[in-house]
Amino acid sequence: MIFNGKAIKYGDNVDTDVIIPARHLNTIDKKELASHCMEDIDKDFVNKVEAGDIMVAGYNFGCGSSREHAPIAIKESGISLVIARSFARIFYRNSINIGLAILECDEAVDGISEGDKVEADLDNGVIYNRTTGKSFKTQPFPAFIQKIITNGGLVSSIQKGDIQ
Amino acid sequence: MSMTMTQKILAAHAGLDKVEAGQLILVDLDRVLGNDITSPVAIREFENIGATKVYDKEKVTMVMDHFAPNKDIKAAAQCKMCRDFCDKHEVTHFYDVGRMGIEHALLPEKGLVVPGDVVIGADSHTCTYGALGAFSTGVGSTDMACGMATGKAWFKVPSAIKFVLKGKLNKYVSGKDVILHIIGKIGVDGALYKSMEFVGEGVKALTVYDRLTISNMAIEAGAKNGIFEVDEQTVEYVKAHSDREFVAYKADEDAVYDETYEIDLSEIKSTVAFPHLPENTKTFDEIGDVAIDQVVIGSCTNGHYKDLTEAAEILKGKKIAKRVRAIIIPATQDIYMKAVENGLVKIFIEAGCVVSTPTCGPCLGGYMGILAAGERAVATTNRNFVGRMGHVESEVYLASPAVAAASEITGKISSPEEVME
Repeated sequence: MIFNGKAIKYGDNVDTDVIIPARHLNTIDKKELASHCMEDIDKDFVNKVEAGDIMVAGYNFGCGSSREHAPIAIKESGISLVIARSFARIFYRNSINIGLAILECDEAVDGISEGDKVEADLDNGVIYNRTTGKSFKTQPFPAFIQKIITNGGLVSSIQKGDIQ
Repeated sequence: MSMTMTQKILAAHAGLDKVEAGQLILVDLDRVLGNDITSPVAIREFENIGATKVYDKEKVTMVMDHFAPNKDIKAAAQCKMCRDFCDKHEVTHFYDVGRMGIEHALLPEKGLVVPGDVVIGADSHTCTYGALGAFSTGVGSTDMACGMATGKAWFKVPSAIKFVLKGKLNKYVSGKDVILHIIGKIGVDGALYKSMEFVGEGVKALTVYDRLTISNMAIEAGAKNGIFEVDEQTVEYVKAHSDREFVAYKADEDAVYDETYEIDLSEIKSTVAFPHLPENTKTFDEIGDVAIDQVVIGSCTNGHYKDLTEAAEILKGKKIAKRVRAIIIPATQDIYMKAVENGLVKIFIEAGCVVSTPTCGPCLGGYMGILAAGERAVATTNRNFVGRMGHVESEVYLASPAVAAASEITGKISSPEEVME
């Protein structure tokens, strides 16, 4: 799996309340959730995000509420991958379950700036900053987790018979 | 190989003699919980899987508490979706308006969790039941869906941090101050992916309700769960609420912990978490004059009867400050009834507070007390993130019921001592 897009960058402790504020949790419609994605931290996000873009953030990304609406909103907005120094545990689990690709990599977070062109090779755990020419190595997911993400999540994987 | 409390519970539910940190295991679930926000997504995924029935009608549990009584038409549709699902699948423990409470106060009260249980809930504060010696943790809606269908969930066995408690709390200091103190010390990701295990002679000096508050906010330190050793108080509480047999697990003497902290409860002072993270804690020697507009006393963290009595003791015979709105939310119908019968509601109303039906409402900025730009609230809730209770330029200060009540009277963040001398 290869992802290409421009970097959209945030800091530490990006919580699920700013990813998708609770006032919008009266719907499970993915498009509607995406239309409010990040609005309490970055009103411009929905305008600047393009399909394939890569979100880059600091420590403890996705902390707070267990709302699966958060990774759903990010994925539906067009983000192909989130790279962070670390993820809060429920968000981490939810992202895999709904098929949102995530990677933990300190060096990439340090070496990528807002707007940089980024390419990520999930199978091999390599992230390239095409703007600066630097590359960063991280631990790739085991094959079965990659398969869940490629399939679009745990439920799709069960439907396809990849998980019994 | 020795095990922590958490590891022993997980091993028993995975049918294994032993487990170790980092191991991936599949465990049997004693309860699968959801609310009116997370269950609709889970129901959609449950149907997508092609599941036709829930694994156990007694064990699947849904509580309509976040936007209920329904705040708008969409919230009503979400509750209806849950209600129809529970009707169709004959779910025994479906709690609707009039019988519901805030889920993490309701489940212990209804005796739905006992020591040694494994519980997952599509709500991050599901970690609350660690107070009763259970393993419980928050998950997302897809995990809830798979849990409802199969009665199983996979986990990576966590390592743990040990908190050895000693001493006794001072007057006006409660479980909320303890957990805010700990989060201030270790940070909002200080226990990321780990268990927090609370042991030591100091545990006995904490009521079950103080423990529920402490375990409730383990997630605010990033923890997978926050669990207390079972003692006589736990047993007394559980037997008063449930007839179920239970197992009290103790960590092995030589269990390995990533870190150990000694906490002297007698040294903990009233603590307030400033915006916008629960780790931004201060005690009153560092808090100047911070004027406030609203106070909320309630939530899964601090909506217990004990919390209301602590607020009532301070508010009795007094009036709240003119410019302050005070919203008191008993966490369950039983707590509400007890507050009415014992005169607490009278004290609150005479002081100038409103008393609401149980709801999560304002805690997550849903309804029932939303803040405008520039407004500040002192709340006994659990999160003070940007925009958590309303406008992105509003502020939430997390505190105990005693501090919240004192602040209602003065109109600024105040210690209980300030108004009780």
